[in-house]
Amino acid sequence: MPRLTMKAALAVIFLFGATTTAANSAEIVSFPKKDWSWQGVFGTYDRSQLQRGLQAYKSVCAACHGLKFIAFRDLMDLGYSAAEIKAFAKTIEVTNAEPNDEGEIFKRPARAADYFPDPFPNKQAARAANNGAYPPDLSLVVESRVGGADYLHALLTGYTDPPKGVKLGDGMYYNKAYPGHQIAMPAPIMDDSVEYKDGTKPTVNQIATDVTAFLAWASEPNMEARKSMGIKVMLFLFAFLFVLIGMKRRTWSNVH
Amino acid sequence: MEKQKFDNKVVQWVDDRLPVFSYLNHEYVDFPMPKNLNYFWNFGALATITLVTMIVTGIVLAMQYTPHTTLAFDSVERIMRDVNYGWLMRYIHANGASMFFIVVYIHIFRGLYYGSYKAPRELIWMLGVVILLLMMGTAFMGYVLPWGQMSYWGAQVITDFFTAIPFVGDAITTWLRGDFVIDNATLNRFFSLHYLLPFVIVGVVAFHVTALHIAGSNNPDGIDIKDPQDTVPFTPYFTAKDSVGIGVFLIVWASFIFFAPNFLGHPDNYIEAQPLSTPAHIVPEWYFLPFYAILRSITFDVLFLEAKLLGVIAMGASIMILFILPWLDTSKVRSARYRPLYRLFFWVLLVDCVILGIVGAKSPNDLVISGVDWFEYKTLGLLATIYYFAHFLVLIPIIGKIETPKPLPTSISQPVTGGGGFAPAGSASAAKRGKA
Repeated sequence: MPRLTMKAALAVIFLFGATTTAANSAEIVSFPKKDWSWQGVFGTYDRSQLQRGLQAYKSVCAACHGLKFIAFRDLMDLGYSAAEIKAFAKTIEVTNAEPNDEGEIFKRPARAADYFPDPFPNKQAARAANNGAYPPDLSLVVESRVGGADYLHALLTGYTDPPKGVKLGDGMYYNKAYPGHQIAMPAPIMDDSVEYKDGTKPTVNQIATDVTAFLAWASEPNMEARKSMGIKVMLFLFAFLFVLIGMKRRTWSNVH
Repeated sequence: MEKQKFDNKVVQWVDDRLPVFSYLNHEYVDFPMPKNLNYFWNFGALATITLVTMIVTGIVLAMQYTPHTTLAFDSVERIMRDVNYGWLMRYIHANGASMFFIVVYIHIFRGLYYGSYKAPRELIWMLGVVILLLMMGTAFMGYVLPWGQMSYWGAQVITDFFTAIPFVGDAITTWLRGDFVIDNATLNRFFSLHYLLPFVIVGVVAFHVTALHIAGSNNPDGIDIKDPQDTVPFTPYFTAKDSVGIGVFLIVWASFIFFAPNFLGHPDNYIEAQPLSTPAHIVPEWYFLPFYAILRSITFDVLFLEAKLLGVIAMGASIMILFILPWLDTSKVRSARYRPLYRLFFWVLLVDCVILGIVGAKSPNDLVISGVDWFEYKTLGLLATIYYFAHFLVLIPIIGKIETPKPLPTSISQPVTGGGGFAPAGSASAAKRGKA
């Protein structure tokens, strides 16, 4: 049926021609595609990688970047027990939302229900401490950047000396992956920036990979639930479609 | 309508007082449908399913969403992270908008191909265009609600259209926004209208379907029903056939929801709205791209009319022109199967719309072919826009006059009872239908 095939082909072009161009329209800086454990229909997060990433976030990124949508209780997803989370939260100080009986806002050790605290009291303070640039919250950083995890990894490992003839602005750094190549964040990760508890060798690439994985999880903590439900839904829908096709054929078998 | 009898006493009791069962029976069970409908006739049912799903998931989402500029973004993330199955509801709803437009666009092009807009179905077609307009308004306002960067800047661009109106433009824009800038007042009214409009759509759909049940469905041959032999009752035949389409459609929709939920969205909308920081490229959702291209294609003033106003008029006209399509078409033959010349230009129009979509996604000053300096995307957009209007205003009236249609079959059931083919002899589809 050549005519039907052509219709189908055109429909596909119509759908995807229009959609993929939408995603491509932002400025593209090329960076390599990496293999991530959570890719594909069956991909899941690697717990030990996420735990290393959390350690890296806490000791490197948290000084400037918030993670406001993640509560300490969410770290159960990373394979920690309730007791471990309680102990981890205790090491971090948060500001109580309500004042005490004397009417004073006070600080206290975090509890499991608290969210990761912002490193600065407000945007102005954050800018003042960072040469005028605002370090964005990282809760959604992987989801909100074109290229996602690949881009973030390329950014964290993309610091080089500027090529000849490129003049950097005051307090700016050269980065291969950053759109425009001038970024206000100095190279955050050095070899041995983190001392991994599991003995993994903390190279720049290793730390960047781990923290990217952790932030990918932070962007979409429900990804595993989504995919596992999706597989069941698809199995059902295909079986259901099979039944529906059978029903239709039977119904129409007497029409001439 | 003769009085219906039901076996169930309760049903009979209700029906004597309020004939809902008679109505359903008449419109969705016994209703005669042309028996030669192909799978392109599924898309009305698919659109209905999508509309209902959107309303149900939307109501659930509204229970957890906060329409305030300081809380909207956070409340959406709360739905994604902390509300039980909130991510599922939001992904169904967000991808549902795209599915709705895919289905409706196919539904519209089906109508164009088989001439479903022609007498006696003009009003069905026009009500359909009203539904499309309402859908566009609803989708736009819904996209603003998460209060991401594209939400905010999209709202900025769209409401800014109204400033193009001479003399009263600024006043109207302020009135629509509820403030001098896009702010909480704007977000609040968009939420209110985004909740209201789907129910207006339901109302217009009711008219659309009622009008359809007066004229009856068109069919791939575009010829009228001659005798009962040409039809089969809606149930079980088309309930069964629609169910197959729904089964396939749910698989497509679910693939996006579960395995590529953000593929059709823009990453920037996961950044909270920043009124002082404009995104590098403000791009609407894919289903608005062709219209966005038409809007931006006019970059020159004509006499005292500014380019911006002309762009807005062109964009509005690109939909409004569909209202008069039934009277622009001079051909009495409905289906493109029997209109060789029209069929060719139908496909050209479809390609033209795809080109407009691509242009809408690109920067106007980017080059279509690198190295050819004069051929920018805005030039391509202008050409595609001119062709779009020429299709309806010039080609459609002329084709109807000069084309020699192929001979029409005398009835829908002719190929079986008469033994001959009603599609061009030897064509694959005729052979297939002969087998069935």
